[in-house]
Amino acid sequence: MTAPFSRDDVVYVARLARLELEADEVDRYAAQLASILDHVAAVTGLDTTDVPPTAHPLELANVLRADTPGPTLPRDEVLDGAPAAESGRFRVPPILGEAP
Amino acid sequence: MSATARERPADAIRTARAVRAGEVRAREVVEAALTRIAAFEGALHCFNTVTADAAIAAADEVDAAVLAGKDPGPLAGVPIALKDNLCTRGVTTTAGSRILESWVPPYDATVVRTVRAAGAVVVGKTNLDEFAMGSSTENSAFGPTHNPWDPNRVPGGSSGGSAAAVAAGFVPLALGSDTGGSIRQPASLCGVVGVKPTYGCVSRYGLIAFASSLDQIGPFAATVADAATLLDVIAGHDPADSTSLDVRPAPLANILDEGVGGLRVGVISDFLSDASPSVVAAVRDAAEVLAAAGAAVEEVAIPALMLGLSAYYLVAPAEASSNLARYDGVRYGLRVDAPDVTQMNARSRSAGFGPEVKRRIMLGTYVLSAGYYDAYYGQAQRVRTLVARGFDEAYRRFDVLVGPTSPTVAFAIGAKTKDPLAMYLSDLYTIPTNLAGHPALSVPFALSEGLPVGIQVLAPSLGEGPMFRAAAVLERGADPEARGPIEPRLAGVRR
Repeated sequence: MTAPFSRDDVVYVARLARLELEADEVDRYAAQLASILDHVAAVTGLDTTDVPPTAHPLELANVLRADTPGPTLPRDEVLDGAPAAESGRFRVPPILGEAP
Repeated sequence: MSATARERPADAIRTARAVRAGEVRAREVVEAALTRIAAFEGALHCFNTVTADAAIAAADEVDAAVLAGKDPGPLAGVPIALKDNLCTRGVTTTAGSRILESWVPPYDATVVRTVRAAGAVVVGKTNLDEFAMGSSTENSAFGPTHNPWDPNRVPGGSSGGSAAAVAAGFVPLALGSDTGGSIRQPASLCGVVGVKPTYGCVSRYGLIAFASSLDQIGPFAATVADAATLLDVIAGHDPADSTSLDVRPAPLANILDEGVGGLRVGVISDFLSDASPSVVAAVRDAAEVLAAAGAAVEEVAIPALMLGLSAYYLVAPAEASSNLARYDGVRYGLRVDAPDVTQMNARSRSAGFGPEVKRRIMLGTYVLSAGYYDAYYGQAQRVRTLVARGFDEAYRRFDVLVGPTSPTVAFAIGAKTKDPLAMYLSDLYTIPTNLAGHPALSVPFALSEGLPVGIQVLAPSLGEGPMFRAAAVLERGADPEARGPIEPRLAGVRR
């Protein structure tokens, strides 16, 4: 495996994760994340050929229930917590580049 | 109580008994808690929000119920503090983050409703590492919490505010959340009892998610009996949490005096090699206390547990990167405006998240990204299986396991903030439990250089009964000066 976390890796994952980083942050995170991954990489060398993965501590079965109407959160209270709302909806800047 | 013993504030059980019997008014209890908070909170910063007026009003309701001949419940009039990642309707819930600095939830977490229904009175929301990511409470966007035993030291984390609030005698009970040790490690560093219940035992509905397959809510208290009482109240099925168990552990409050006669106790030898000498000495003394009380105590090596930390720092950031995608400046929290929505998302997240949260989001995004998924995340999930198998094998021979909670006593504020990996190692002994979904607790046991050392008791899923019996024996055999609440030490605070 290639050496983990170059500067380019940081820029790439920051874009995927919707984070904007300053140049000095990119350097700092590259060094820190490489050091962390270097430590945890201890487990990447283990032979786990016949070991099944565990995604969750419980043996989860799908939970089904009757589809009965119940109370929901009041719309106005939910929208009160939003940064911007209009006409009973969340308001966001343009998504497809059209004029605001 | 001997003449030399410190006078302690009334515990939760005695307080509730007196309030239910009409001997003490809940309002007096709550006012005393608020007075103590007012005196010391400026120096300790346990809380992000103190809800004084609402607490007085809730106490009056408890008193009115008693006067009307109704039973307010097993926690009647007991002040309780809530970690600030538990949603409280109408009360700001920040998760220690700028991105939720002014967010007011439109609903209560299930545990919040449950403790209120049992008569407890919420006095405030406690400080934490941002989104519960940390081991010192220094990652809070609102500044660190100070350890009541030595204000120049951390209280541990991420539930440091809850642990310190109990240690300082602000409240007899608090709730925290534990994803990799965030209840047990601060409990150990603050000299209080902290319990991470079996995964699924306590509803996570309304807990702000960090790593959903690892997160679990649990109690802090000054005594084992109080912690058992609170866990009895909050345990149980909740249809609002699809990972909530249909079974619950048998009530704990009545089994605490059953002792450990015949109990098979394994001392995890792998946890003794890197711990500080005073911590190792405390574990050895604890093993003797259990043996003297009739337990069959033996050392056991479980090498797979030492793989836990590496697996955890792949699994938990992966889940976190997914869970925290919801903070995008649209439905709640901080928004930084921008000409288009993608830039708005990125600017809001960059301004709202602190450095540790960004680190974990990027680490998680990386290990989940194309080309790395199998090597890192897939492998970590297989190692998670190895950790669980290591425990399973040990639990064929033992009923409970014991070891240190934290490798060291409370460390100095600032000592580990520049080296994330050094901070992560604080959770070396607590993380395996979360990966397996098991219960574990920390009980105060000894003092080292004037600071408390906690002993960790671990058990298999739904093994809370034997775990609490062992903890009760350890509590009776512990140095009584090693546990809170204490009179907070304030001299020489550097802030």
